[in-house]
Amino acid sequence: MISGRKPFFRRHKSCPFSSPDAPKIDYKDVKLLQRFISERGKIVPRRITAVSSKKQRELSRAIKRARNVALLPFVVD
Amino acid sequence: MPYYESVFIARQDISSIQAEEIMEKMSSIITEGGGTVAKSEYWGLKTLAYRIKKNRKGHYLMLNVDAPAAAIQELERNLRINDDILRLMTIKLNEIDETPSIMMQNKKHNGDERGHKVGSYQEFKPKEGVSASEKTITKPLSNSETKNPVTETKLVDEIKEEK
Repeated sequence: MISGRKPFFRRHKSCPFSSPDAPKIDYKDVKLLQRFISERGKIVPRRITAVSSKKQRELSRAIKRARNVALLPFVVD
Repeated sequence: MPYYESVFIARQDISSIQAEEIMEKMSSIITEGGGTVAKSEYWGLKTLAYRIKKNRKGHYLMLNVDAPAAAIQELERNLRINDDILRLMTIKLNEIDETPSIMMQNKKHNGDERGHKVGSYQEFKPKEGVSASEKTITKPLSNSETKNPVTETKLVDEIKEEK
């Protein structure tokens, strides 16, 4: 988290999927996946979400699967 | 035998009974092909994220099976022939999870028919003590419900400034 006063100081962020009680990435879990897509329906880059690269790959696969079965949109206009 | 998970979407105009019939038919194809059906779920009539063949809604069906590849091919072939099926997707699994999927768990949340209650779904709540004015990187993560593009672009700008 960034403190409001010091704009250049950023504390280490940890991956939301790497803790032991983290949720499992599943293409059926639309509610979870929706937190990692933008308003336009694009996948949010991991520099913003702090997801580890391994989990980001897993996540993007899940989002793409969800799009194929119309659980998530390809584009939001 | 490998594990597979097959999801297919049926046309909105058919009844849920007909959807269950399709499910039974497809399950029998698997068993005839020498496989076993570990789990079969009917998620109900759900709104599609985009239109498929002019349908805005669809009956979602899911099968978790342990079957030889030939049986899966036969299943997919039959699904493609069936005019009521809009979309199908089969993926391979490493293991089969016997518990009902998330879709069944929050059927109630989706406002889907009959209010089938199969356990409760734990929602991700935004962390306590994070005030609205505070600029945090994790913020768009923790409360996606109220996520707006303004905070996101702000964050990107911040990152640019740092560089």
